[in-house]
Amino acid sequence: MSKLTKQLIEKQIQKQVEPLESQSSGQTWHSVCRMSDLIQDAGVCALINDKQIALFNIKRQGKVYAVSNFDPIGKANVMYRGIIGSVQDEPVIASPLYKQQFSLTSGRCLQEQDKALHTFDVRINEDTVQVFL
Amino acid sequence: MLEKRKIVIVGNGMVGHHFVEQVIEQQKAQHNKQQSLQPLEVTVLSAESRLAYDRVHLSEFFSGKTADDLAMTTPKTYHSWDVNFRTNAKVEHIDRQFNVVKTVTGETFSYDKLILATGSYPFVPPIPGHKQPHCLVYRTIEDLHAIERSAKSSKVGVVIGGGLLGLEAANAIKQLGLETHVVEFAPQLMAVQVDAGGGQLLRSKIESLGVQVHTSKVTQNIGKGEQCRYQLQFADGEVLETDMILFSAGIRPYDELAKMADLAVGERGGVVINNLCQTSDPSIYAIGECALWQNFIFGLVAPGYSMAKVAAKHIFSDFYASADVTEFTGADLSTKLKLMGVDVGSIGDAHGKTPGSLACIFEDQPNSVYKKIVISEDKTRLLGAVLVGDNSEYDTLLQYMLNDIDLPETPEALILPKSEGEVSLGASALPDTATICSCHNVSKGDIVAALDDGCTDLGEIKSCTKASTGCGGCAALVKNVFEEELQSRGVSVKQDICEHFPYSRRQLFDLIKVEKIKTFDELLEKHGSGLGCEVCKPTTASILASIYNDYILDKFHLPLQDSNDNFLANLQKDGTYSVVPRIPGGEVTPEKLIVIGQVAQKYDLYTKITGGQRIDMFGARVEQLPLIWQELIDAGFETGHAYGKSVRTVKSCVGSTWCRFGVQDSLNMALDLENRYKGLRSPHKLKFAVSGCTRECAEAQSKDIGVIATENGWNLYVCGNGGMRPRHADLFATDLDDKTLLQYIDRILIFYTQTADRLQRTSVWLENLEGGLDYLKQVIIDDSLGLSKEMETQMENIVGKYQCEWKTTLEDPIAMKRFKAFVNCEEQDENIVFVKEREQIRPAKDVEKLERIAVVVDP
Repeated sequence: MSKLTKQLIEKQIQKQVEPLESQSSGQTWHSVCRMSDLIQDAGVCALINDKQIALFNIKRQGKVYAVSNFDPIGKANVMYRGIIGSVQDEPVIASPLYKQQFSLTSGRCLQEQDKALHTFDVRINEDTVQVFL
Repeated sequence: MLEKRKIVIVGNGMVGHHFVEQVIEQQKAQHNKQQSLQPLEVTVLSAESRLAYDRVHLSEFFSGKTADDLAMTTPKTYHSWDVNFRTNAKVEHIDRQFNVVKTVTGETFSYDKLILATGSYPFVPPIPGHKQPHCLVYRTIEDLHAIERSAKSSKVGVVIGGGLLGLEAANAIKQLGLETHVVEFAPQLMAVQVDAGGGQLLRSKIESLGVQVHTSKVTQNIGKGEQCRYQLQFADGEVLETDMILFSAGIRPYDELAKMADLAVGERGGVVINNLCQTSDPSIYAIGECALWQNFIFGLVAPGYSMAKVAAKHIFSDFYASADVTEFTGADLSTKLKLMGVDVGSIGDAHGKTPGSLACIFEDQPNSVYKKIVISEDKTRLLGAVLVGDNSEYDTLLQYMLNDIDLPETPEALILPKSEGEVSLGASALPDTATICSCHNVSKGDIVAALDDGCTDLGEIKSCTKASTGCGGCAALVKNVFEEELQSRGVSVKQDICEHFPYSRRQLFDLIKVEKIKTFDELLEKHGSGLGCEVCKPTTASILASIYNDYILDKFHLPLQDSNDNFLANLQKDGTYSVVPRIPGGEVTPEKLIVIGQVAQKYDLYTKITGGQRIDMFGARVEQLPLIWQELIDAGFETGHAYGKSVRTVKSCVGSTWCRFGVQDSLNMALDLENRYKGLRSPHKLKFAVSGCTRECAEAQSKDIGVIATENGWNLYVCGNGGMRPRHADLFATDLDDKTLLQYIDRILIFYTQTADRLQRTSVWLENLEGGLDYLKQVIIDDSLGLSKEMETQMENIVGKYQCEWKTTLEDPIAMKRFKAFVNCEEQDENIVFVKEREQIRPAKDVEKLERIAVVVDP
């Protein structure tokens, strides 16, 4: 397979599964579900504008985090199935495929510097979970 | 493009290969220092048909090792190092004027530096008749093949030469079933390493093993035999009949090539080298058994390795001007070995030749032990030692000698039996300069440095420093240094499971059990910090399940489970899952087989038979899992726990019910075992098997728990496994009745789940258990800890609380929440794409997904 084809494939797949920066102009808050639809200390996945967003509800912090659901290393939509943890107080999600940890605040991968998840703002509006994208 | 620097190595024995390794290492070090390095071309020319192999352990060839087991490298490894090599390519000429060598195959290779590592050959004394067909030597794998062939038509074998190698050779022919004799010219065996007293004991031990020893014998002629093929005729008029003769009368260096090239050669052979291992031509080096240093040839591997290192460093300093130079300054010739099961050790000045030296001797004839130490005139230094029958003090004594450590007031205590006062030298007493592994010249400091660099287990220490990867004699000492060093750093730190808990798995287990902790939150609140992680959460989940066996996906336990446990299925690379229903003992009705087929067909799943006698169905989307399981459970299946660190399968044969050879009903036993222990959560997966007779069709000896039927009951094997590092199970108890068998297995499983580390399989657990198998027997069979009742109650509790996790899950609305692709709609994950191969689905590759996208986008 030529390098060009490979790049093309990567791009096409990214387009399918990840939000594109160029679409950022029309950003807005999307209502996703009720708080009770989330699972304490675990993840669920939401489909917003054809983008898969993983949502994590951390009880101890009273916080909900949103990141892209596509695992950039394992190349599958699985991040919401990972285990929540912390590394020196930074909340992280570990990929269920190969266990790399990604920061839930910055999205960056702790083991592979050039890999990252997209992160999104979340707010709770009268028991409705809303994500900004 | 820079011109290549060329190194040509003649010979690929252990030392020649070690030189290659040293060059690769130096090269790496140089690359780290400099960006652009003048490229190297390394070429190995070997006269043998195979690359380097381990000659030190050659005799193990007859106890089942193959040529591959003995191999020290492979063509693949050399390719990966970019090392050129030729086998069957004996070098026949060196042209020193043009720096070119020529092989018998007619190829020529030019060199900047040439290394002679041609080794040595066995010396065959020119006794009349020594060239007959069954007169052999013991040096290469080809020699061993010849010995094996000869042994097939022989009844009696004689080894001429009673040195170290001679006794090894005697052991080899004894293993081939021949009546074995050793003939030695000197008045004793191993005269170089052992004194007269030790030699005498060695002789009597070896004779008691059935090898006949003839000392002070000069063989004058090998004539035709009367009962055997040949007859040895000695100078004293006696004769000895034999069918095969093995010569082991010392070695002679291969120095023909050097002689022809006019390099300086010693009077009795050997290529003369200086302290940098250079021959009389500074661009040619000689290392190993072909080299003569200060008129001495070293017939051991360790000095050869030192020479290889010295030569490699010198060449690099010459090429790149930046490497350190070291010199070869001789070598310690101490040796420790086991000959036919007899320990023999020789350290330093074994014969007490140092003027004024004194000796302490301990001899225990009833137990066949002889020990001697040679100490300095002022009684402060150990000069040498001889040990026969018991090598347990070898390491300590060697350290005293090598490191000039002050002797205790009563040096004799070093070799006296332990009941009379133990003086042993702990690893912590050794200085950092102490040589621990002499084959690879690894000091205690090197091991400590490896620990500083982050090596955390013994295996890493060995691969990182190479310690104890040569002859292996220092293995116990390396372990000792490693453990004492860890202890001095506070082992608890190293055993912490992760940053959130300052405890090992075992300590967490005890805390949870003693304090009756029921949730991860409670444990974190009381004993931990942070949010936990993907290490401590599943570990805690496993411990909680081992103790309480509650439903693993309840509200509190769900967030702790690893990806597979979390969805009660096995996650595959594309995010889909595979499903394995339990098929106890591999026994399944046609009706149930049809259901599996129908389910797989309905959901278009890829099906494959597993190694554990079950059927795996792949390609299930997360939202399909409950649907699939509802159908399976309705048909009477239950979960197979293929996703859990838990009891997986009990493999079995059909046993006495069908088989002509079976002696017990192995299938019934397999069903009982699987139904009793199914779902038991443990530190790692557990596999069982039951065989109905000694033919062992169920391969029970490769399982954590293996049961083999006997005429009188069952033999129990424990702690075997296949996988990355296979291990045969150990025989634990024999001829057990059904009840006792279950009792023992109950206790072993509970003891393992309580004390093993996270992800430690039973094999490694047993190897790390202090006291090993004997200790395990004491705890389980003799109840030495008084725990067996408690362990059985614990198991009863777990067995009593068994539930099919899938059945419970289908009835639990909270757990069911996660079996949906999206929380806010009913869509499917579009990135999951299958294509067909051999009439079944498989995940699409990236390029195949692109084609699909192209079709969709571009109609």
